[in-house]
Amino acid sequence: MKKYSPSEEVDFVVIGSGAAGGVMAKQLAVAGFSVVVMEQGAWGAYGHEQDYNKDELINRFPAEQDVLISDPKKHRNTFRRNVNEKAVAGTHSYGCVVGGGTVTYGASSWRHLPWEFDEASRFGTMKGTGIADWPVSYAEIEPYYTQAEWEIGISGPNLKTPLIAPMSKPYPCRPLPLKSSGALVQKAAEKLGLTVTPNVAAIITEPYNGRSGCINCGACSGYGCQTKARSSSAVALLPVAVASGNCEIRVNSYVREITVDASGRATGVTYFDKANDNREVFQKAKCVVLSANGTETPRLLLMSKSSRFPQGLANSSGIVGKYLMTGNGGGASGLFSDPLNEYKGAVTGAAVLSYVPNDVKGRGFYGGGRMTARGQMSPMQYGLAGPHGAPSWGAGYKKALIEQANRRLTMVNFISQLPIETNMVDLDPEVKDAWGLPALRITTTSHENDFKAMQFFIDRSVDILKAAGATQVWSDGVSDSKGGAHARGTCRIGNDPKSSVANKYHRAHDVPNLFIVDGSSLVTGGRNHPTMTISALAYRCADHLVKAAKQGNVTI
Amino acid sequence: MSDSRRNFLLKSFSATSAAWIAANWPAQVAAAEKAQAMGNFTFFTREQAGEVDAMAAQIYPSNDTPGAREAQVIYFIDLALVTFAQDRQEIYTKGLADLATRTNGRPLATLSADQQIALLTSIEKTPFFRTVRDHTIMGMFASPQHGGNFKKVGWTQIGYDDSLNFRTPFGAYDKAEGTW
Repeated sequence: MKKYSPSEEVDFVVIGSGAAGGVMAKQLAVAGFSVVVMEQGAWGAYGHEQDYNKDELINRFPAEQDVLISDPKKHRNTFRRNVNEKAVAGTHSYGCVVGGGTVTYGASSWRHLPWEFDEASRFGTMKGTGIADWPVSYAEIEPYYTQAEWEIGISGPNLKTPLIAPMSKPYPCRPLPLKSSGALVQKAAEKLGLTVTPNVAAIITEPYNGRSGCINCGACSGYGCQTKARSSSAVALLPVAVASGNCEIRVNSYVREITVDASGRATGVTYFDKANDNREVFQKAKCVVLSANGTETPRLLLMSKSSRFPQGLANSSGIVGKYLMTGNGGGASGLFSDPLNEYKGAVTGAAVLSYVPNDVKGRGFYGGGRMTARGQMSPMQYGLAGPHGAPSWGAGYKKALIEQANRRLTMVNFISQLPIETNMVDLDPEVKDAWGLPALRITTTSHENDFKAMQFFIDRSVDILKAAGATQVWSDGVSDSKGGAHARGTCRIGNDPKSSVANKYHRAHDVPNLFIVDGSSLVTGGRNHPTMTISALAYRCADHLVKAAKQGNVTI
Repeated sequence: MSDSRRNFLLKSFSATSAAWIAANWPAQVAAAEKAQAMGNFTFFTREQAGEVDAMAAQIYPSNDTPGAREAQVIYFIDLALVTFAQDRQEIYTKGLADLATRTNGRPLATLSADQQIALLTSIEKTPFFRTVRDHTIMGMFASPQHGGNFKKVGWTQIGYDDSLNFRTPFGAYDKAEGTW
């Protein structure tokens, strides 16, 4: 791997190596630019993926060099429902390893539909929300979705229905095999008249780009993939970036500030070298790409205060960190008479698409969602969570645990969530993380509309489970988000510098050589499932950035 | 001791003191193994182990199918407290002392089953009981290399197959349906 000296001015520093950072690093390095990727996590099993551990206990209590997901005890964060509350210790975490969240995610890879890019124009806005059109249309982003799907490696069905975004090219790999969850939901769909499809997943099902297909091992969501079948940035993108001879991945490098000069241009990044007693290092760069995720990206901008940018970098609009969308819960579970064995294979067995479109008049709320059928639980996880409707220990617990084992199906729903200015990421004024930096503070309460949406999807889940023949059905109840995966919206792109953080090519309105692309770029939340859109935005951003940089002008 | 278990121990210890372990781990592991073979323990005294074992036996009882005793959960917990769960040692030490005051020093196992259940129910909300509950369940269902789930008795009970890969059909309903 190419190595650069921190004092050498590289063309690009890319902060983060996940869904967006991996794409940016690969595209920029292959185009011939010098790139240093700053990854605060460790290597994981990059390059020797067979060493990812399937052992559930070790996965849950990893040694320091094997950590895949951030530890809230070190990456301390706080949470509150609204600005009047005092924040308490939070449980927010995210992928923290080379490849970021794509190393451990469930790998759903749905495109946003064309009308999810201009919902304000089509359906109107709503008081108290920040619903807005994206500065990018579906037609503009479609070629980049296709490029992402083929370069990253996506499996899925090739169906023509208004419930799936139109595609100029089919998915490169056939869908994941039918599981019992899929078979049951299909049965229900026939009765209820619903559209059910295999999940679209960044998991290859046959040999592709030098990697082998999924072997259905079942150590899937939350685990690193031992066979490189999950198309993480760490197997699909970063090796290509490194092979170009232009890209260095610098691990254990925790960026604490993007620095600027007197003219307001970014000059590089200051980071803690975690493997060397957290000594501070400055890496000089001509241009900075920020892809640290929907919560860490705004936090880093807010920490990068200077006399020129007193309220944080790229924040003249004051909306860095605002309009946070984290994804909401609400589903139902059922028991069936025979074993489903959902612990085998990929986590998601099927998707129900019928409620994806908006139907404000019919349903009484704005938005929609994609429902997924799943029941995957590792043995310890199942035992600790315990059987439904039973004591938490003793003979009754044991009896129910054995009876219910492998017989559970859960509908997990990915629902629209409205962007609200007061839902945000900012810096906790008191709590510090393990490196002495201000802790991430999450403030969020969903809009009343979204609670209606959650209840709707709970009710539909119950319908489906009953129609599928469940012997017992229960709802998990409406649960408002507290953070976690899928954070979006906190540095929204737009044409107006007063109401957005970056322009349609992801250049920060306030800083000509700073590009912000990741979950934070999303203007509206779609039906959750953000990763494919993040990747496509990054491909589009990189395309324009390469063209501009080749002309010696990264300001576009 | 299997290679994998040795590796796990090495890995867990190395998080705290890599250099010391490199020099001493075979001795440490050998000592732990020897102690367990003799009915002794690494963290627990024999008396403490007896109490935790009795609790585990009520949390996951043995009846027509094996329970915590057959799964050798006590060895899992003993090992846990010197590896990944080192930060729980004090919860055990204090919790066991509190338990002794509630039984007037009588070993838990000498009480009737009903008395044991009543006593444990009275403390089921305490951090101590919750920790023992979770560790017992982990000892039933974690990989046998960690000391419990002896001969995979836990996995067998809940129908979990630890094969490295699977082919379709996975379960009863996709078997009936075939393919997409």
